[in-house]
Amino acid sequence: MKKAKHTNNNSLRRATRMWSPLFLGPVVIAFCIGFVWPFLQGIWLSLCQFKTISDAKFIGFGNYVKAFQDASFRHAFWYTALFAIVSLVIINVLAFAVAYVLTQGIKGSNLFRTVFFMPNLIGGIVLGYIWSMIFDGILSRWSTSILMDSKFGFWGLIILMCWQQIGYMMIIYIAGLQNVPGEMLEAARIDGATRWQTLFKVTIPNVMPSITICMFLSLTNGFKLFDQNLALTAGQPFTILPDGTTVKQTEMLALNIFNTFNTPSATSQGTAQAKAVIFFVLVAGLGLAQLAYTRKREVQQ
Amino acid sequence: MTKKLIALVLALSMAMAMLLAGCASNPGTEGSTPPESQAGTETKAPDDNKDPAPAGEGRVYWLNFKPELDTTAQELAQTYTAKTGVPVQVVTAAAGTYSQTLIAEMDKTEAPTLFVIGNTAGVKDWKDYALDLKGTAIEAELNTDAYNLYDETGKLVSIGYCYECYGIIVNPTLVEQAGHKVEDIKNFETLKTVVEDIHARAGELGFDAFTSCDMDGNSSWRFTGHMANLEYFYEQKDDPWTECPPSLTGAYMENFKNLYDLCINNSLTSPNELATGGHDAAQEFMDGKAAFTVQGSWEYAKYAEKVPNAVMIPYYCGVEGEEKAGLNCGTENCWAINSKVSEADQKATMDFMVWLVSDPDASAKMVAELGILPYKNAPESTNGFLKNAADYTAAGNYVMPWVTNYQPNVDAYRATLVAALNQYNSDQSDANWETVKTAFVDGWAVQYQAVNG
Repeated sequence: MKKAKHTNNNSLRRATRMWSPLFLGPVVIAFCIGFVWPFLQGIWLSLCQFKTISDAKFIGFGNYVKAFQDASFRHAFWYTALFAIVSLVIINVLAFAVAYVLTQGIKGSNLFRTVFFMPNLIGGIVLGYIWSMIFDGILSRWSTSILMDSKFGFWGLIILMCWQQIGYMMIIYIAGLQNVPGEMLEAARIDGATRWQTLFKVTIPNVMPSITICMFLSLTNGFKLFDQNLALTAGQPFTILPDGTTVKQTEMLALNIFNTFNTPSATSQGTAQAKAVIFFVLVAGLGLAQLAYTRKREVQQ
Repeated sequence: MTKKLIALVLALSMAMAMLLAGCASNPGTEGSTPPESQAGTETKAPDDNKDPAPAGEGRVYWLNFKPELDTTAQELAQTYTAKTGVPVQVVTAAAGTYSQTLIAEMDKTEAPTLFVIGNTAGVKDWKDYALDLKGTAIEAELNTDAYNLYDETGKLVSIGYCYECYGIIVNPTLVEQAGHKVEDIKNFETLKTVVEDIHARAGELGFDAFTSCDMDGNSSWRFTGHMANLEYFYEQKDDPWTECPPSLTGAYMENFKNLYDLCINNSLTSPNELATGGHDAAQEFMDGKAAFTVQGSWEYAKYAEKVPNAVMIPYYCGVEGEEKAGLNCGTENCWAINSKVSEADQKATMDFMVWLVSDPDASAKMVAELGILPYKNAPESTNGFLKNAADYTAAGNYVMPWVTNYQPNVDAYRATLVAALNQYNSDQSDANWETVKTAFVDGWAVQYQAVNG
């Protein structure tokens, strides 16, 4: 009887091994079609001059040289980096604060959570246009517009992103905060720890996994930002250099790549593709570095 | 399993393609049927002969470019066949597919005899297929050569059969209420006097000079696209461009500034509020809140409902001799006759064209659909602004063609210009105007390089 069960188990395992490719297959194929193949092709195309992707001519690293020589691309890089860092700090501090308050058992917590989460359900383009109206409505009192000053554009985008992202990060933080063991907090209280000490020595180390994921999300979101940027300012205002070239003051990396790609010239598609590969390496590298850094600070319960 | 899936996907896409192809060929089939059946019932045409082109008579195959014209063209083709027995087939290419359709149709033995070559790029591609129209009957019918296209050897490749125009639209009633006359506006000086007087007394009159000059996406093209044309036009007037030049001289920037300043500083909305936009210039004009606006002839029907006597005047900008200026007119609708079909077919096509533009009924129908026919024996335009354009031409004024269509990398070029104009609008300093100039002149060279470099 026991033996029979054993063989049964064995055959089940064998069957699993035999048929597993069939069940894995669709996912693997979809992953290859949707990610691996376009990614490899993207790298190949960044070394080519092309108009249609089926007719690409290999030209070496010329596209990368062009990408780095492009003043607007360098400006977009520093602008994006600044934006990503500022938005990372503000979003996470505020999201954590809101989550902390909403886990203190005040009345109507659920309603607040829902309300704060809602902006995340609106698409970026729509948000961009709505907020541009709001900002212009306010700025028109001083006869100016969000398109007139890059400072307005920068802080406008920060406000927009905070409004949209804080609710989402808040949900993750709430989940983390609810997982902090009650005994630990009780022990801290009995030991005479102040509220601040409890927060920094007990609560935060315990929600470190949530902080890791939230920081990863807000950092990569900041770098990859596109539709809000396009709808809110589309890069305005421009600085027009004496030779007639322009630097778009509030243009971020993704929008810069998009605009480069849509320039009707023989070489711009290749340059845009090279920029996109640089962009990917950058976002992936930063994201992984940040993950590794915050992971070290996580505690095991 | 994967194979099956792929096969299924392939089969589905094939089915889709067939469906689409079916849709695409439908208008063509419909278009070709009526004239042929008409030819069958016509007494002159040989009843039993299936051949639609009787020997020595020639046939007409009009590959039409303008979808709006299709119904009228089919009707006219039937009428013409009924009258003369010459079979006329009209096929209209679906919007945006003209060049593909033309390539495919030109390969056939029964190729189009009448087709469209609408711009210099088209001339390059199709000049070998175009009959020289110089000295022909149809050329003799024209009342202007402003829309004719020539190749580099001077061959008249195609001739315009309709056009659109833009300029300054005026509400004469309001101008008269302010104590002026539209007829007195003959150049920039007189325009400026009227406009500034109206703006100064706007409170007392109850209306302003110009409508809002918003710089948002709905409106900025009226300045960066249309008004910019006056600079390009005068710059190339003595030596017309035939393709996009690599750089500009900006010799007429001051004239652009004249008119632009006049618009933004004498309008309903103060210049430093233009970046945001959100005003409806058309509505302002129709509500009689302003006496002037800048727009094109395609808005005529809408404007005329509220301001039936609205007229269009040229962009007066302080250029010498501008008293002889006309409106900014342009078109991509130019007929060419296929030089590779038989002489009988060419002659039949020529006769058909002449009939279209000179027969009282036929040309009236054409005008009703197109707004205007630039031909001597065609009836007057039903579109007031196009009529203004024709009147200027008849009075011997020069047409300002759409040189603005050469703008390189047009969206980026105009976006830069809008950014510069925004800064200038909020603070009209010399330094800010220099930036506008840089965006306008050097920006052209930069975008030309971006596209061609």
